[in-house]
Amino acid sequence: MKDIVEIRWHGRGGQGAKTASLLLADAAFNTGKFVQGFPEYGPERMGAPITAYNRISSERSSVHSNIYYPDYVVVVDETLLSAVDVTAGLKAEGAIVINSAKTPAELRPLLRGYAGKVCTIDAGKISQETLGKNFPNTPMLAAIVKVSGVVAVEEFIKDMDASFHHKFATKPQVIGGNMEALKRSMEEVTVG
Amino acid sequence: MGIRERLSGNEAIAVAMKQINPDVMGAFPITPSTEIPQYFSSYVDNGEVDTEFIAVESEHSAMSTCIGAQAAGCRAISATSSCGLSYMHEMLYVAASDRLPITLAVSCRALSGPININNDHSDAMSVRDAGWLMLFAETNQEAYDNYLQAMRIAEAVNLPIMICQDGFITSHAIENITLVEDDKVKDFVGEYKPEYSLLKGSMAVGPYATPAFYIEAKRQQAQAMIDAKDVIRSVSADFEKMTGRKYDLIEEYEMKDAERAIIIIGSSAGTAKEAIRGLRATGEKVGLIKIRSFRPFPAEEIARALKNVKVFAVMDKADSFNSHCGPIFAEVSAAMCVANINNPKGINIIYGLGGRDVRVESIERVFAQLDEIVKTGDVGESYRYLDVRE
Repeated sequence: MKDIVEIRWHGRGGQGAKTASLLLADAAFNTGKFVQGFPEYGPERMGAPITAYNRISSERSSVHSNIYYPDYVVVVDETLLSAVDVTAGLKAEGAIVINSAKTPAELRPLLRGYAGKVCTIDAGKISQETLGKNFPNTPMLAAIVKVSGVVAVEEFIKDMDASFHHKFATKPQVIGGNMEALKRSMEEVTVG
Repeated sequence: MGIRERLSGNEAIAVAMKQINPDVMGAFPITPSTEIPQYFSSYVDNGEVDTEFIAVESEHSAMSTCIGAQAAGCRAISATSSCGLSYMHEMLYVAASDRLPITLAVSCRALSGPININNDHSDAMSVRDAGWLMLFAETNQEAYDNYLQAMRIAEAVNLPIMICQDGFITSHAIENITLVEDDKVKDFVGEYKPEYSLLKGSMAVGPYATPAFYIEAKRQQAQAMIDAKDVIRSVSADFEKMTGRKYDLIEEYEMKDAERAIIIIGSSAGTAKEAIRGLRATGEKVGLIKIRSFRPFPAEEIARALKNVKVFAVMDKADSFNSHCGPIFAEVSAAMCVANINNPKGINIIYGLGGRDVRVESIERVFAQLDEIVKTGDVGESYRYLDVRE
């Protein structure tokens, strides 16, 4: 892994993109990394485009700015592709991971000439089938871990299992569904 | 040594408060400091602390609550931001002149208007003459460490203290942090044993002072602020013995042979360090001075650190609207004047207002402006805005 990996999340208010960025920071922290997880704050309203960021590194990063040249971009809501320049500054050797039922080839024309890897995952469907609700952030988290390799897959699964047991101590019935969502997402993410 | 964790700056402050277990918290929520009393009230609710949490209807009352509690001999704390700090303004002066070492956490945010919730230092800078000690943090770690040192410093000089960090930028960002063990914190902070208090013997709080006495009271306040410099150094030295983390009034970064320097405060110092590492790698002699203690102001220390540079830029995340400079530039210039150091040329950069993102490239642009001054010998306009659309 490179010394520092920078990730930018695009979502809409209420979809959990901020939470997913914080969960990724947690997972990387638990493997001994230095992490930053922070959203860009503004007037918060449901459905408005929001951005969140991760820096994951082996040495502490002292930079406290947003990320303009990310290694990876995660798009939690496909409708943002026409509203936000999601690939702005995205490194060609990196990748973009989009929550969509479409294939990478179908989405590439919407990405303003981005030449790097395009990955898709139908996080909505996985979430519906494993959790019975549309919570795309858990599958998106798993997909970016798989694509970026920022945390080793086995370590990530073990760590998430522990953190779900902690987080959902009062409703253990949802732990299985969340773990299933993570594993399926890692299997089903399509790289194009 | 220490406990490896990852916390936002607000959480880090709340954890420090929990470890200290003060007697009274008076608080009213305001973005972006709301999480501090929010986390802390859960510790109160869970019985992890036995602090009396007083939820009040305004920041004016929050500070009044702290004044009453501290005067009674308690350790009193609060947290606020932006207009909340402004709303405390009257009571900040009362707290300082009554010589009550209250601890106030500030997650700095712009003042209206236009209405804005993001970071700059216009809130903290607007209360700079209230008579409070003021420490600023670059990171969540520094915010936490400053908070652990706050009460020892404040109580030694009987002045209230603000522990400032940058709203959202550090207050809401999760980053690694090393916590101090609970028992060590308790030992380090110690018990509060005021010489006088309302509940021990007799004491007048907030009396009227006629012209025959008022200025003497103020002179004593001024002396306490002067004395605070040595106190901060000595508490920092004790803290270093406990944690290995070194603090002073200022931090000098790559200043030894620097020809161009910036003076900066808060989270952007970290971003500036990254810019300096990049420029140093190409042989440019650049450095920075980070102000940790803004009150007391380290005038002699800054003048000494700037003595040998060719040119410097003072970075102000607030404007004074005086038509020529921001608050830190004014104080740095006064420090240079008093120290009779006239050679370095200086400019003032107003930056980052209302959350305008401060990038590595932003700082590189400042050093490029300084380079231009070195090359031409011409300072040009000394009052400049950074990264602004004209």
